[in-house]
Amino acid sequence: MDIGLGHYLAVAACLFTLGIFGIFLNRKNVIVILMSIELMLLAVNINLVAFSSFLGNLTGQIFALFVLTVAAAEAAIGLAIVVVYFRNRGTIAVEDINLMKG
Amino acid sequence: MIYQAIVFLPLLGALIAGFFGRFIGPRPAELITSGFLVVTAILSWVAFWQVGIEHTTDKITLMRWVSSGELDVSWGIRVDTLTAVMLVVVTTVSALVHIYSIGYMHEDPHRPRFFAYLSLFTFAMLMLVTADNFLQMFFGWEGVGLASYLLIGFWYQKPEANAAAIKAFVVNRVGDFGFALGMFGVFLVFQTISFDAVFAAAPQQAGKTMMFLGYEVDILTTLCLLLFLGAMGKSAQFLLHTWLPDAMEGPTPVSALIHAATMVTAGVFMVARLSPLFELAPVALQVVTLVGAVTAFFAATVGLVQNDIKRVIAYSTCSQLGYMFAAIGVGAYSAGIFHLFTHAFFKALLFLGAGSVIHAMHHEQDMRHMGGLRSKIPITWAMMLIGTLALTGVGIPFVAGFAGFHSKDVIVEAAYAGHTPYNYAFWLLVIAAFMTSFYSWRLMFMTFYGRTRADHHTYDHAHESPYVMLVPLFVLAAGAVFAGFLFKGLFVGEYYTEFWGRAIIEGAGNHIMHDLHDVPAWVAVSPFIAMLAGFGLSYLYYIQAPWLPEATATAFRPLYLFLLNKWYFDELYDRIFVRPAFAIGRFLWKKGDGAVIDGAIDGTANRVLVTANNVAKLQTGYIYHYAFAMLIGLAAIITWFMFRTGGVQ
Repeated sequence: MDIGLGHYLAVAACLFTLGIFGIFLNRKNVIVILMSIELMLLAVNINLVAFSSFLGNLTGQIFALFVLTVAAAEAAIGLAIVVVYFRNRGTIAVEDINLMKG
Repeated sequence: MIYQAIVFLPLLGALIAGFFGRFIGPRPAELITSGFLVVTAILSWVAFWQVGIEHTTDKITLMRWVSSGELDVSWGIRVDTLTAVMLVVVTTVSALVHIYSIGYMHEDPHRPRFFAYLSLFTFAMLMLVTADNFLQMFFGWEGVGLASYLLIGFWYQKPEANAAAIKAFVVNRVGDFGFALGMFGVFLVFQTISFDAVFAAAPQQAGKTMMFLGYEVDILTTLCLLLFLGAMGKSAQFLLHTWLPDAMEGPTPVSALIHAATMVTAGVFMVARLSPLFELAPVALQVVTLVGAVTAFFAATVGLVQNDIKRVIAYSTCSQLGYMFAAIGVGAYSAGIFHLFTHAFFKALLFLGAGSVIHAMHHEQDMRHMGGLRSKIPITWAMMLIGTLALTGVGIPFVAGFAGFHSKDVIVEAAYAGHTPYNYAFWLLVIAAFMTSFYSWRLMFMTFYGRTRADHHTYDHAHESPYVMLVPLFVLAAGAVFAGFLFKGLFVGEYYTEFWGRAIIEGAGNHIMHDLHDVPAWVAVSPFIAMLAGFGLSYLYYIQAPWLPEATATAFRPLYLFLLNKWYFDELYDRIFVRPAFAIGRFLWKKGDGAVIDGAIDGTANRVLVTANNVAKLQTGYIYHYAFAMLIGLAAIITWFMFRTGGVQ
């Protein structure tokens, strides 16, 4: 069986959906949310690389590299925030992070 | 320069006392305003000499005021004999009242404000009498109204004073509405509101008609009647008189200045000033006579039974103003102004004397609680006696007498010579003279004679007023004695036209001032007899047989109550105007404003609040809820995008 563009896109869509559900079904830990976001970014990366290969255009792969860089930076900052938050409030359970309202 | 000083010195005094009174203190404020007024009064007598004796009339344009289309109005000072007479009256009485107030108000904490108002009033009154056009006159007219309002309500802690101030203002609005309409009408007809231009153009309009309220009416009659409505309001004539007695709630010097000598005579002055117009409108003049004579009679009847010393004098003022209008109505303008001139002296004297009595009695105004004061305050008694003699017109017929004797006799003779239907004006005025004499002597007897009805404490402590209050009384008393005798020749004598010059214009058919010298002797003596009869009856009632008033009141109880309640005018107006106005106001307040407007606005606000509270519940603070919302939104947008455009082609 030939593995074509459609398969790659299907995998990416699956990963993306997993990421989404990971964000709002998870009730435990903020780190899981961060991981879910990474998952969604990776799904996007797969899309970019697949289209790049399919269309014979390198721009997509370069974009994917940029996304990886940004994702790394984001993960670093996100984890740092989580650490600081834990120090201040003694918990990083999602249920307890509900201060973002007026 | 002298005229500018006369007009603007009081304004300067008012500004200093009003704005800087609290910095310079009460005593300097009193001295500055009173000093300026004394200077003004002296200058006014100089002006009177120049204008009245040397006949040098003058017209000064101060500055341009309004220039809009055809309407071109300037601030001006018009000086002729009429102005000069009014200047003398206004500034003299005002200066004396200022000085008197230093003594009368010495316990009041708001003296700078009081003196500022007094000076402001004087300025407005001077603006009125020096006006060169209708608009400036209207400015002064409203200015004195404002000052009157402020001074009646000077003791603002008293609810009655506030009510009286509002009443005076509102009743005057009715008259001022007529004045304003008349002024608009003058502009409509003449395209100018300058006195000279209007007077010059008036004869061409005589007998012509115009449309007004859907009726075809005589132009000049309509205009004069509208303007006279303003005069009725300001001069408290019959139907618009109700504010004057209530205005007695103000301090007594205010009553003397505004509600006896000056402001209330503004209406008389206005009609005399507009004599060239009124002379061309005989119907309007007949109305003036009718209103004047009826007022003279009506106010005198009410004055018979009042018990408040100031109210008796207030009704007397109302009545005397009626005399002036009656004289003007039959064409005897100079006689009306002559009475205005003498009346200012003796009525201010009576008011200030009453103020002195009230001062002595510790603010007791009810004559039923007075009596026997003659030995306690002999100087005040003497001054009041002179005032009463002048008011009732005591004198030796055909020779000489007190001020009122000369001026009132001329008016009564003019009323007879004026040939009103059935001579009603003459008879009403003679009866009013009889009643004037009765209530004036009743006031004297109840206040100064007999055994005292005051309580011990008040009576024992009754004291003569200080000289700062008595000296103005002396000056006014001199005026009340000599003003008639000295000035009769000038005002209404043989050569009166020379004195008045162009200030008063009499129509070609108006010979009243000559005719009144030819009336029968019994007519000339009639006011004297009426005066004697009034005195005799009063003496009988209040000295000889003190039980008679009570018996008469019981015997004619309905009539007594009718008079005591001032012909039920206040009750009538309350029913017809005040209560419906309050009802409409309450309806608009409760229903219109409360239910409709507030309901709509408050309802909207409540809806917004409820909605906002519901929406706020969506904001939980959980990140994943927000992420979910974003996602739903994203999905919705993409779905919409795909269906709308068919996706990426």
